[in-house]
Amino acid sequence: MSKTPSNLKYTKSHEWVRREPDGTVTVGITDHAQDLMGDMVYVELPQVGRKVAAGKECAVVESVKAASDVYAPVEGEVTAVNEALAGAPETVNKDPYGSGWMFRLRPANAASVDALLDAAAYDALVASEKH
Amino acid sequence: MANRTPLYETHLKSGAKMVDFSGWDMPLHYGSQLEEHHQVRRDAGMFDVSHMNVVDLKGGETRDFLRLLLANNVEKLKTRGKALYSCMLNSQGGVIDDVIVYYLDETWFRMVANAGTREKDLAWINSAAQQFGGVEVTERPDLAMIAVQGPNAREKVYAALGESLRSATADLKPFVATTVGELFVATTGYTGEDGFEIILPAKAAPFTWQMLAEAGVKPIGLGARDTLRLEAGMNLYGADMDETTTPLESGLAWTVALEPSTRKFIGREALEKQKAAGIPRGLVGLVLEDKGVLRGHQKVLCEGYGMGEITSGSFSPTLGLSIALARVPASVPTGARAQVDIRGKMANARVVKYPFVRHGKSCLS
Repeated sequence: MSKTPSNLKYTKSHEWVRREPDGTVTVGITDHAQDLMGDMVYVELPQVGRKVAAGKECAVVESVKAASDVYAPVEGEVTAVNEALAGAPETVNKDPYGSGWMFRLRPANAASVDALLDAAAYDALVASEKH
Repeated sequence: MANRTPLYETHLKSGAKMVDFSGWDMPLHYGSQLEEHHQVRRDAGMFDVSHMNVVDLKGGETRDFLRLLLANNVEKLKTRGKALYSCMLNSQGGVIDDVIVYYLDETWFRMVANAGTREKDLAWINSAAQQFGGVEVTERPDLAMIAVQGPNAREKVYAALGESLRSATADLKPFVATTVGELFVATTGYTGEDGFEIILPAKAAPFTWQMLAEAGVKPIGLGARDTLRLEAGMNLYGADMDETTTPLESGLAWTVALEPSTRKFIGREALEKQKAAGIPRGLVGLVLEDKGVLRGHQKVLCEGYGMGEITSGSFSPTLGLSIALARVPASVPTGARAQVDIRGKMANARVVKYPFVRHGKSCLS
């Protein structure tokens, strides 16, 4: 069973979202997602300042096995990216909810984060996808 | 339910991530594909390849049958145990499968073919064998197959399975097999490393696997098997060749024996025509110079030469960059610049000779 921290929000496309004190949100991919993909070998991050729409591709993670898009969980503007991943993509495997974070967004609408899945709903989604 | 090898339960106990592979439940990795890849390059690892199709061909006419069936020439097999790599072609010269054939005696040859082509291969072999009254075609599901590969593979196999193996195999050159008790031990493999492929009774497989594990041979999944074979520049059936391509377009001209011209093998006419007309495409190696990962089916632009397509690509754990095999116009020379369409962005690559890695060392200049 994957770890699903209860203080985060989640998307159906397997991103996690953490609210920061400054009003931005940090985004990464879930433990379940990294486990499915296997060893990461490359992460392509968005440009800081880029405006993204909810559900639009925002980054790309490539494992030895395959390439996958990472989607913006909410509409907003990219305020930071985790440049350390360029030299150490395996961080996404080792610490998906911590140092494996990918980018920060300033949401266009703060309430849009509330509509995302909570940990229990995300776990239920993962369980249903296994069947 | 998918097919399972005799080692299925063993894989589960080892924490393998199992995936469907051509109708077989096989281990993709046991934790980390990258670590398993390095394990084989630096030490020794073992692969369950029991899903591959072992077929015994017996009878007085077997050699004549194989002279017809295979694009390579079984006349090269003169000493007991010697192995031959060959494509089996259709009448258009397309590759039905690539196989290894071992010579055991004049009435017994053993073929090892791919898992995913099992039904098709057997139908083809049986239909061709009908022209030869004396050829008996027998699948061997009672056998399992374990490949042990890596610079320390031989020593660890001896430590695990007994010193009697050492004297029997010490002088074996590459691509030869010998029999030791119930073990059929061959110096073949799919990683570019030293080692053995061991065919053994299915019921002995879990015990043998356990002995190898206790001698420090780590289990390796099919994921690493693919990156290892790609670094070694070995073709994968269904990706780098299939029924729509000839061996001449797939970097396998060396496996086609057109001499002597009197040998009439299936597909010969088509290959001769293609050769006379000029072989339009060939397989080259690519090394990605920009960031990203090369993957099968990505389009390749070779400036001044035309378009091609990646047949198989991945990240090379040994080299730390992305590599691929690509089918491109035959005129593209080594060293040429290429651009690859990676998800809509053009990335720079260089045409290189393969293998990319041999015995753990980079072959890139």
